[in-house]
Amino acid sequence: MFDDFLFRALIAGIGIALVTGPLGCFVVWRRLSFFGDTLAHSALLGVLLSVAFDLNISLTIFTVSSLIALLLLRLQKTTNLPSDALLGLLSHSSLAVGMVILGFLSFIRFDIMGVLFGDILSVNVNDLLAIWIGGAIILLVLWFIWKPLFASTVNYELAEAEGMNPERVNAIFTILLAALIAISIKMVGLLLITGMLIIPTTMARNLSNNPKQMVILSIIGGLLSVFIGLYTSFEINTSSGPTIVVVALILFILSLIGIKKRNYG
Amino acid sequence: MTNNPNVLVKISNAGIQKSGKWLVKDVNLEIHRGKIVTIIGPNGSGKSTTAKIVLGLHKKIEGNVQTFTKKISYVPQKVSIDWTLPIRVLDFMVLTEDLKPQEINDALNLTGVDHLISRNLRDLSGGEFQRVLLARAIAKKPELLVLDEPVQGVDFAGEVALYGLIKKISETLNCGILLISHDLHVVMSATDYVVCLNGHVCCSGTPVDVARDKHYKELFGEKSSQLLSIYEHDHDHVHTADGDIVKENV
Repeated sequence: MFDDFLFRALIAGIGIALVTGPLGCFVVWRRLSFFGDTLAHSALLGVLLSVAFDLNISLTIFTVSSLIALLLLRLQKTTNLPSDALLGLLSHSSLAVGMVILGFLSFIRFDIMGVLFGDILSVNVNDLLAIWIGGAIILLVLWFIWKPLFASTVNYELAEAEGMNPERVNAIFTILLAALIAISIKMVGLLLITGMLIIPTTMARNLSNNPKQMVILSIIGGLLSVFIGLYTSFEINTSSGPTIVVVALILFILSLIGIKKRNYG
Repeated sequence: MTNNPNVLVKISNAGIQKSGKWLVKDVNLEIHRGKIVTIIGPNGSGKSTTAKIVLGLHKKIEGNVQTFTKKISYVPQKVSIDWTLPIRVLDFMVLTEDLKPQEINDALNLTGVDHLISRNLRDLSGGEFQRVLLARAIAKKPELLVLDEPVQGVDFAGEVALYGLIKKISETLNCGILLISHDLHVVMSATDYVVCLNGHVCCSGTPVDVARDKHYKELFGEKSSQLLSIYEHDHDHVHTADGDIVKENV
């Protein structure tokens, strides 16, 4: 039977998979994978600030990641540097600043591996609340901005010409991503959260024919990865975050076979 | 403010600069309900830019743009769909507005592509895709329709039919249409007002006026001003494969 901590991990995993599915679709459609990475890296800075000043960890990560995201949108408008260079700049500087701050915090016992790869088995009831309440808010906001966000994903100028205000929904979407990272860092870790966003979604792309189907399949893919990954990590005693991502990868590879069959048969 | 309730858009002395160079300058035009305004001009003359100024897509412009409607449909010059995004014609039709199945079908039927409704956008040919773009734009029954080269890639018979359709839409929906086009011959016969652009407005007026204007002749060549009469002239000869003219045996 499930131990208590495993049950909590499962509830947390389900909550995160429900959110990474739809957000991940937009990340892939809008080619924001590297952007997700940048936000995740900046989360380290958030974690360390929260430890140093004894602040709420989710809220601090959310604030730092949102600030980095808005800074990026601002820099994209005011400099001529290409987006990938700007992302690299922000991603690695926030990571480096985070590590330097960590050097000053030698008096605190700090589990850096937990932050990088997640420590799902240490998830407590407060974390569960953060994931489920935060996740519900993210999905609710996404529901409201779905149409303009989707329209501006298909064609930005068309959406703007027809009165959908793409600039505003883009900024809101960015903040939703920051919020997702804030609630899921403890579970999957900052190096793997982009994997949770991207891998089930790319699997879903291989199997789907329209946007709604792709969203649903990527949620299912995320849930399967969580179920199988947690069970496996418990059985063979591996760390749970990476195991979940490996399961997602296996599902992706299986979906490639599905594509081949469809194309040739 | 203008008092004429038929005016949908009024732009005066509009222009836009990019790195010290004018993309377009001193553009004046009005779009009225039920009328088609066509912008013609060579590549790089600022046709699409002018359309974007009308749509409010350019922020830092000189001059004045007044828009009196919010029901706008736009067919951009180029829409590319990323492979990562699976989207059917049906999903695309309701991109910016929810429509009833009947309205979707009717619009696709008008542009002749109702059989493609569940096909993926990426699987369509260039001409089919243009027809879908046009269908989406008219399905929401706009008051202002901005079409940036709407029939590119459409076969010749389809082109004539679609221009006929555009004309019909301006009448049935009583909407104002801003049309950008290269097809001088068709455009000149199905338009209420022509703006000839080359960085600035070279000449404008009814098709007949513009065709006679010397600026127009300079821009497009002497021959193009005869386009209006092209339908009337008698074809009394045929061309052989090497281009020789042979009198037709009647």
